[in-house]
Amino acid sequence: MTSKNKGKLIVNIVLGLICFIWFIPSLGLLISSFKSADDITNVPWWNSLPHKAYVTNEVIQLPEDLSLKEDIVIDGRVYQDAQLRNGVKIEGDRLLTWENRNKRQVGIQEKEWSIHKNYTLDNYEQVIAGRSVTITDGEGNERKVQGSGLGKAFVNSLAVTVPGTIIPLVLATFTAYGLAWTKFKGKKIVFSIIVILLVFPTQVAMVPVYRDFVSLGIAGTYLSVWLAHAAFGLPLLTFFMYNHVRQLPKSIFESAFLDGATHFMIFMRLVVPLSIPAALSIGIFQFNWVWNDYLINLIFLGGMGDNEVLPMRLATMIGARGENWHLLTSGSIISMLLPLTIFFLMQKYFVKGMLGGSVKG
Amino acid sequence: MKSASGTDKKLIGLFPDKGVLRWLVAVISSILILALNFFVHVSILKFIVSGSLQPLLLAIVAIIWGVVGVYSLHHSLNFCVSLYPYEWSQRLQHLIFIGPAITLLIWLLLLPALRTFRLSFLDKLGETFVGLENYKYVFTERTMVLALQNTVIWVIVGTLSCVSLGLLIAILADRSSYEKIAKIFIFMPIAVSFVAASVIWKFIYAYSPTSDTQIGLLNAINTAMGGEPKAWLTMMQPWNNYFLMAILVWMMTGFAMVMFSAAIKNVPDESIEAARVDGASEIKIFFAIIIPYIKKTILAVTTSITIFSMRVFDAVWVMTGGQYGTDVIATKFYKEYFTFNNSGTGSAIAMLLLVAIIPVIIMNINQGKEEEY
Repeated sequence: MTSKNKGKLIVNIVLGLICFIWFIPSLGLLISSFKSADDITNVPWWNSLPHKAYVTNEVIQLPEDLSLKEDIVIDGRVYQDAQLRNGVKIEGDRLLTWENRNKRQVGIQEKEWSIHKNYTLDNYEQVIAGRSVTITDGEGNERKVQGSGLGKAFVNSLAVTVPGTIIPLVLATFTAYGLAWTKFKGKKIVFSIIVILLVFPTQVAMVPVYRDFVSLGIAGTYLSVWLAHAAFGLPLLTFFMYNHVRQLPKSIFESAFLDGATHFMIFMRLVVPLSIPAALSIGIFQFNWVWNDYLINLIFLGGMGDNEVLPMRLATMIGARGENWHLLTSGSIISMLLPLTIFFLMQKYFVKGMLGGSVKG
Repeated sequence: MKSASGTDKKLIGLFPDKGVLRWLVAVISSILILALNFFVHVSILKFIVSGSLQPLLLAIVAIIWGVVGVYSLHHSLNFCVSLYPYEWSQRLQHLIFIGPAITLLIWLLLLPALRTFRLSFLDKLGETFVGLENYKYVFTERTMVLALQNTVIWVIVGTLSCVSLGLLIAILADRSSYEKIAKIFIFMPIAVSFVAASVIWKFIYAYSPTSDTQIGLLNAINTAMGGEPKAWLTMMQPWNNYFLMAILVWMMTGFAMVMFSAAIKNVPDESIEAARVDGASEIKIFFAIIIPYIKKTILAVTTSITIFSMRVFDAVWVMTGGQYGTDVIATKFYKEYFTFNNSGTGSAIAMLLLVAIIPVIIMNINQGKEEEY
């Protein structure tokens, strides 16, 4: 019995460790997104967790006219300016360092448990804003900065993703019914085409499709991405919906036919209401896929335009602003908000859709 | 339902089921209805393309159009079909359901694939026939060979890591006291885009010169243990490829775990208990009972992650742009097409991806047949 408990304890600890490792990257991002630009590059994010650090306990006021070029005498010992800037260790594991160099104040610091306490929402304000935004910095000065326009990209993402999910979902449900419950010649061929297309690498189709869109004059518009996402997602959505629709009990169809219902009526009044949970699952999968997609949006919407979606906007920010961590971190959080909300609110459907989507290439 | 079908029948009943008149009415109304549909939808398309709407408003219009449009299209087609003599209306019935989707699939997937196939034998501009030149380039040019090698490493190392870690975590979670919460932690990254994940991991690999504070976790650990800070993604060739792969593993392990977890739940408790009574060790139970039982799931997970890692683009593109020896097939595809404007080599790369996936396609078809008949 005790060895069994011991085993369980080890399992719990190892699993906890793995979960912790998995969570660290996200935690770093989340914490950093609330830190000011200066703090992000000067204070590591893990200082926001309880840790031992030097904290000033005592301040020594030196003569204000003290020359920094000469030796500085504190408590009978001699220090140089450069030493005090980096901090000098003195007895008792304490640190001697400038508290305020201009006012000639030296602080004596001791190691204590501490936690980084300065957080701000400015990053979010700046990253969402379109044109310019006024930010108040640490010393109370107001300055105008250029916003990153992520608010607009968020709206664009919605404009791409919602129709990019609904349109193929409706088409897929129709097709699933046609495959499962109507009789026609060539059904096997149609079904095989859908199965073949399931894992089709979209790269194979992208460029000719793009050229078609250019000649139709719809390249770079939302319509072109809707069509692209609809077509590229359609095989999987159809396959998933087909597997659901064909498992509906045969008896309900038979009695409906006896009542004189047409296929269309059966579809609208029986199949659609019975398929909502399945449609929700695979719809969430498609939503997540389109929302997070970068390549298809990049190709069909074109870079840098007015209709950039979130992943494109973020990628541009990474390229153009290199190390602007405060904007990148808050921007990433904004881009994750919606999928994560869906993930937490509708976990059951989310997981089902992901499992169903496993065949997608 | 009864009344509705009644009115339909009454309407059609005006004409005899057979004869020229019935056909005339059916064909003419079909043409009219199709033309009307075409006109209405093209006008809506034009309106949408004109760009006079705000994005949000546009999305709403699109949703309404998507749902109402598809509904009305199907409804009017259904009406057309019902006009034909009974025998024919039965024959045409299925077209209402599968017609629109099949059209879309042929237009936007099948035909383009054939066109890409053709382009892969033509030159840069798609004009002159060059035989196998593009394929020769794909398999011999230095940067291409590197990209191919990298992709092979991605597929092997990435997939193996995801599958084995996913399996390990699924087993651990199954035996732990907090299965659900643990699974959430591991599965969550799958809701994140590759671009956002790249920002997350850029932060882990961040590098500052020796004297500065290290804000990257990896360098902080490295310097704390007495090492020099390193530029993981640029200077550490060829290991930088593996650092990029960590992103894929971080994102896809959760998917593998959820799949395995569901499969493990289906292993009958009796066989495991019986083995335990016989004195089999946990490790033996794992290899002799659990693994054979979830073989199919392992295969399915392995193929989907293989396909996924074969086509990985975002992570590499955002993190390094394919520089520093990190190019993979998908980034080369993008570069050939859109940076060098070479439709010949770009198409050849795309075809290579397709050929690599053919075994999976055959497997899927066989599996479909098994289930079907």
